[in-house]
Amino acid sequence: MDIFGIIIAALFADNFVLSRFLGICPFLGVSKKTSSAVGMGLAVTAVMVITCAVCYPIYVYLLFPLGLQYLEILVFILVIASLVQILEMVLKRFSPGLYSAMGIYLPLVTTNCAILGVAELVIGQVAAGTEGAYHVAGVMLGNFYSGNFAMNYGTAVVSGLFYGLGFTLAIVLLSGLRQKADRLHVAKAMKGFPITMLAACFMAMAFYVFTLI
Amino acid sequence: MKLQRFKEIALDGTVRQNPTFRLVLGTCPTLALTTAAISCLGMGAAVTFVLICSNIIISLLRNIIPDKVRIPCFIVIIATFVTLVRMFLEAFVPDLYDALGVFLPLIVVNCIILGRAESFASHNPVLDSACDGLFMGLGFTCAITLMAIVREVLGSGKLFGVTLWEGFKIGFFTNAAGAFLTFGLFIALFNLCYDAVERKLKHKAAHNAMLQEKAAEAATKEA
Repeated sequence: MDIFGIIIAALFADNFVLSRFLGICPFLGVSKKTSSAVGMGLAVTAVMVITCAVCYPIYVYLLFPLGLQYLEILVFILVIASLVQILEMVLKRFSPGLYSAMGIYLPLVTTNCAILGVAELVIGQVAAGTEGAYHVAGVMLGNFYSGNFAMNYGTAVVSGLFYGLGFTLAIVLLSGLRQKADRLHVAKAMKGFPITMLAACFMAMAFYVFTLI
Repeated sequence: MKLQRFKEIALDGTVRQNPTFRLVLGTCPTLALTTAAISCLGMGAAVTFVLICSNIIISLLRNIIPDKVRIPCFIVIIATFVTLVRMFLEAFVPDLYDALGVFLPLIVVNCIILGRAESFASHNPVLDSACDGLFMGLGFTCAITLMAIVREVLGSGKLFGVTLWEGFKIGFFTNAAGAFLTFGLFIALFNLCYDAVERKLKHKAAHNAMLQEKAAEAATKEA
């Protein structure tokens, strides 16, 4: 797949929230105000990019050659948790402005399934590309060096970035809809989550159109 | 453990704090997998297993784990059990493994499990935590299976994979928008029923209290 296709897919047709259903908890939980939605979106995007950039080499150079693929969940989640911690500390020290904008959302990002999801999906595609050489370590390494992986490093990082931006787009749009919906008179049982779900339903319909193109 | 406590935990897990409809946690698999009831049952079973096991281990270790690093510790414990479930399913139930896809490893970051570890298992005894895991899991399983039945029947004319009828299908319910709509309406319906039952119980309690008061008054008058 070329880069442009990946970008369009990640932003619209294959949007993480509205078509893959990943990261729904922050999507519903942190979308009451547009400012907090932007902060959450930025935090998710930053962590996604770094996750892809770090997890890819760990998987390709460490887990795969050693035949330790079954450890991937454990390793990925630990990497993500420590990355978030480090990012938080770095931001606090060097960029207080950015920290106050997105820092408070960073701890929430650890248990956001969109992050582990992007690692699993991108690395999953990597693994699928080498299925033929699954058991023979020598062939497998040769495969990698000749560039036969389904996704190379650059593509993995770019798709991480645009999946994150797709998440940001969805959560910011939803926060706008919710601020309008707060002023409406709705039945008591429909208040809160149900009306938000309805708003998300209409957004999903709009985004679904992109898959038909 | 006393029977009263057991009842309390069971009712909390399945109804009063139903993880899907009341707490609205673990929404990702709820929305993504409810197109087929069978895979929902599988998902529910996997989540229940992980919940029970992680609750037991975390409850056993609750006095050892330092407070500052508790979240990473919980995640590692949960990830271990998820890896076990994943390997088990891959080896013995490959169909289910394929149907759950990326949502199987994502049980690690399912907020229900981490939420119960944080709010229940980390300061309750082992037996209570195991029961809590069981009933929270059951509540989750019932909720997603109910949603899946509605979506599967309307969306593809099937129930648990068995074709009910041909020709009448509303494709809307099988795609993303239908998932959000069904989930929203289910939460609204659940809240409506819950509030109605709650009100009735309150009325009943008030009525009983009044009767008792009257009886006591009558007794004192007679005396």
